[in-house]
Amino acid sequence: MKIYVCVKHVPDSAANIIIKERNKFDESVKYVINPYDEIAVEEAVRVRERDGDSEVIAVTLGKEGAINTLRSALAMGTDRGIFIRTNDRPDSMVTARALKAAIEQDGRPDIIFTGKESIDSEGMQTMYRLANALGMPAANNVVAFSVTGGQVTVECEIEAGARQVVEMGLPCLVGAGKGLNNPRYIKIPDVMKARRKEVVQVDLDSLDFKKPSSSLEILELQPALEKRQCHILKGQSKEAVQKLVKLIREEGKVF
Amino acid sequence: MKKIGILVEVRDGEIKTANYGVITVARGDDHELYAFVLDGSAERYKDKLQKYGIRKVIDIRQKQGVIPWNPELWSQAITDTMRHFGINTLFGLTSTQGKDLLPRIASSLDSPLVMDCININVADHTVRKSQFSGKVLATIRLCGHSYIYGIRPNTVEPEPAPCEAEMIPYHVPLSTGKMLIKEIRQQESAGIDLTEAEVIISGGRAMARAENFSMLHECAEVIGAAVGASRAAVDSGYAPHDRQVGQTGKTVSPKLYIACGISGSIQHFAGMKTSGVIVAINTDPDAPIFEKCDYGIVGDLYQIVPMLTRQLKQALGN
Repeated sequence: MKIYVCVKHVPDSAANIIIKERNKFDESVKYVINPYDEIAVEEAVRVRERDGDSEVIAVTLGKEGAINTLRSALAMGTDRGIFIRTNDRPDSMVTARALKAAIEQDGRPDIIFTGKESIDSEGMQTMYRLANALGMPAANNVVAFSVTGGQVTVECEIEAGARQVVEMGLPCLVGAGKGLNNPRYIKIPDVMKARRKEVVQVDLDSLDFKKPSSSLEILELQPALEKRQCHILKGQSKEAVQKLVKLIREEGKVF
Repeated sequence: MKKIGILVEVRDGEIKTANYGVITVARGDDHELYAFVLDGSAERYKDKLQKYGIRKVIDIRQKQGVIPWNPELWSQAITDTMRHFGINTLFGLTSTQGKDLLPRIASSLDSPLVMDCININVADHTVRKSQFSGKVLATIRLCGHSYIYGIRPNTVEPEPAPCEAEMIPYHVPLSTGKMLIKEIRQQESAGIDLTEAEVIISGGRAMARAENFSMLHECAEVIGAAVGASRAAVDSGYAPHDRQVGQTGKTVSPKLYIACGISGSIQHFAGMKTSGVIVAINTDPDAPIFEKCDYGIVGDLYQIVPMLTRQLKQALGN
């Protein structure tokens, strides 16, 4: 099988985001592979380890530094990489089209893995748009995965601790959720090996796709201020709890 | 006045409370609201929907009857309904179901979509949502021929605006889907869904053992709360993954959030910072959670939580 896995280069969740020029931010912060995409890479590599006959190709779209996230995916065991270079932060409509064009230019996918969402822009839609563009079925927030005889069976986490079991034929898209697996730690020799793996670089502008009829425009970014002023409820535990019950009844307005 | 579609979500035969908040936002300056109901019980929801200002209740079915749950078929049905009635704006919840339907609908209509909106301006198609783990508030404009908005549950207080609704049955032609829903499995940890809960009580690393979560469940039962957990508690195996609140877990916005033995990392705040009232119980007076909550008790949760449960029981008279 040919398995593609899409990964995004995102600021670390603990990074301090400093806003500049109204709708941009200082990008000289620590970046990591999007945590859900890391789970997707792990699952793709496990499929190949089980059936031996597959090839796993990591794909990323981003600025120059995104090559590092691609290298992480290679160090985790993907076979080669495709790096779609851009100087922008394109929205999910453009991203999905570019991923489709780059993947189709490379080969015919049987399975495409992605993370269920990205932790920076939190758009929650690129994987669905990619599936739609490719005419493939898609299941997201997947917490269990298996493939046998051209049939994919997944369990998706749905509400209140329930799961739905979904069957899809190949080709299809699978969005990895937390709980699907525990991604492996990268060892130094893996990093060395990853440096020798093939990475094809393409410019976003050189890819052949029709411009989407819709777009999202970031007008402004603002720091989300913490307006809370904490009141520590003093006194003996019992008194403190009494005060708390009174306060949450008055302010929480839930009972 | 615009025509706006509302994706109505139902659980156990009742419209989810958070839906009325969605209707309240969408109503704006008297827009014409169409409620999309797919579970076959549209007639039964009419009274409640018109109370919040829904003008048309669309009972969406296929020729053979009610469309069985399948995200592919349901989104296809909603897309078709929007086209049929000339509706170019859709509002829904950023719930588990909304997350699986709204992006599918947006893709097939090639519409811009913003999920998890906490503020919407229908007139100029701008929204606000948090990004970068809740550290940034982004103002985003949707540009296109149609617009889809997913709203973070509980961010808008529902307000009634009674009117008379018209029932419209609509049969959609459906093609066969590419995915098959084999079964729905209930896990043991089933309870109130975190993303829509009005009250959440969460435990952190200090819970120390999975068994100790029963203490939170007892308290939760008294006030109809959902039980959540921090990543530390989940990774230590004290609580299942689907209970995790935070960056790599659920984003929640209850009216009341009670954090027990949670230190309060940036990643945890990312998942709960838009809650109404945040209460923290922690033995460490220097825990970061005390800088970002409304009320704090410095104390041992093993002593405080059972006390809280007892007092809540008394206060509620049972």
